[in-house]
Amino acid sequence: MASSVSQLLKSNKARLLDLWIQKQLASENLRDDLMTNDELRGQSEDLIGALTKNITEENIDQVESNQFDEVFEILSGISLARAQQGFTPRETGLYIFSLKEAILELLQQEIKDTGELLTAVLKINRLLDSLGVVTFETFIKGREEVILRQTEEISDISTPVIQIWEGILALPIIGTLDSSRTQVVMESLLQKIVDTGSSIAILDISGVPAVDSLVAQHLIKTVSATRLMGAECIISGIRPEIAQTVVHLGIDLSNIVTKASLASALKHAFAMNRMVVRRLEVEKKTF
Amino acid sequence: MGPFLLVTIQIDLYDRLALNLEADLVQKVHQTGARGVLIDISAVSIVDSFMGRILGNIASMTRVLDAETVVVGMQPAVAITLIELGLSLKGVHTALDVERGMALLQTKLDLDYEMADDDADDIE
Repeated sequence: MASSVSQLLKSNKARLLDLWIQKQLASENLRDDLMTNDELRGQSEDLIGALTKNITEENIDQVESNQFDEVFEILSGISLARAQQGFTPRETGLYIFSLKEAILELLQQEIKDTGELLTAVLKINRLLDSLGVVTFETFIKGREEVILRQTEEISDISTPVIQIWEGILALPIIGTLDSSRTQVVMESLLQKIVDTGSSIAILDISGVPAVDSLVAQHLIKTVSATRLMGAECIISGIRPEIAQTVVHLGIDLSNIVTKASLASALKHAFAMNRMVVRRLEVEKKTF
Repeated sequence: MGPFLLVTIQIDLYDRLALNLEADLVQKVHQTGARGVLIDISAVSIVDSFMGRILGNIASMTRVLDAETVVVGMQPAVAITLIELGLSLKGVHTALDVERGMALLQTKLDLDYEMADDDADDIE
């Protein structure tokens, strides 16, 4: 063997980088809207730098060896960043596979002997494939992190407890009520009741798309919990369809105060607190 | 406190302690002829099903002795636990704090008097 694969890669680092960048720029999957070419070049340079630094003739067969940790680390960073920037899996996958093409092309130019070329290609193939797997793993992990964060944000946003009057809280529920959300809703409502010393809570379900027996169960739980705290709970915003399903399912809401609209619930709450809202009498003057 | 008894629970109740409380309280209601019992559990952070049942029992027992029970100051976590355990404490009145609990008992007592007055009117 004239020169080993690792030696070859090390000495032709700059050429390899150029080749790779060329391939990436030529590719129709280039996303110059998400990343500038300079950034792309920087990323690629880091990766090739780490790869050529750590690759030796001994470890080229052993991808698991911790000498590749640095490479994996850089690759994971790139892949995570791409997931968050909104690259598609295809684009991220092709990014790493285009490196394989570049290396193979380089080997083809440098190694003339067919037998040698074949072994080298096989080795590189194995190495780059495992790099590809790492890319996908971290890419998906990055995506999942994004999804998880969004889920948390949604559940935080969607359970605001508003004090609409002294002693009256309103909680507009938007979206489907599942067990975990009921828990969040219940906790924030009860905490707010303690904080504000409110005696009436209005649960507005006009933003709940459908009520099935499970959702109704959760509503009843919330109402019972507020009652245990010593506050009254009114359910408002019941649409005709929801009234229909509730009756068809045979859910008993008879010991819960239910109102059709938030306005009537508020009126009821005022009555319970012995308050009246009235228009100021305007003195009629004749000019 | 007037015709009412006020019980403040300051520590997490163990089974034996809760049973003692039940016995003592019923005794006390009987002795003093109290018309209302206020149980302040604002310092209680842990409950179990037994504790929930004791509270229910106390309410039923005092009702037999012609007194109303109001549980006040329940912590959110405690309320959620009781609901998850399926104990909605039926027959126990609740209030946010001692003051409101007292007002609730007062209105209940007033109602009783009014009703008694109504009955008296009927007889005449």
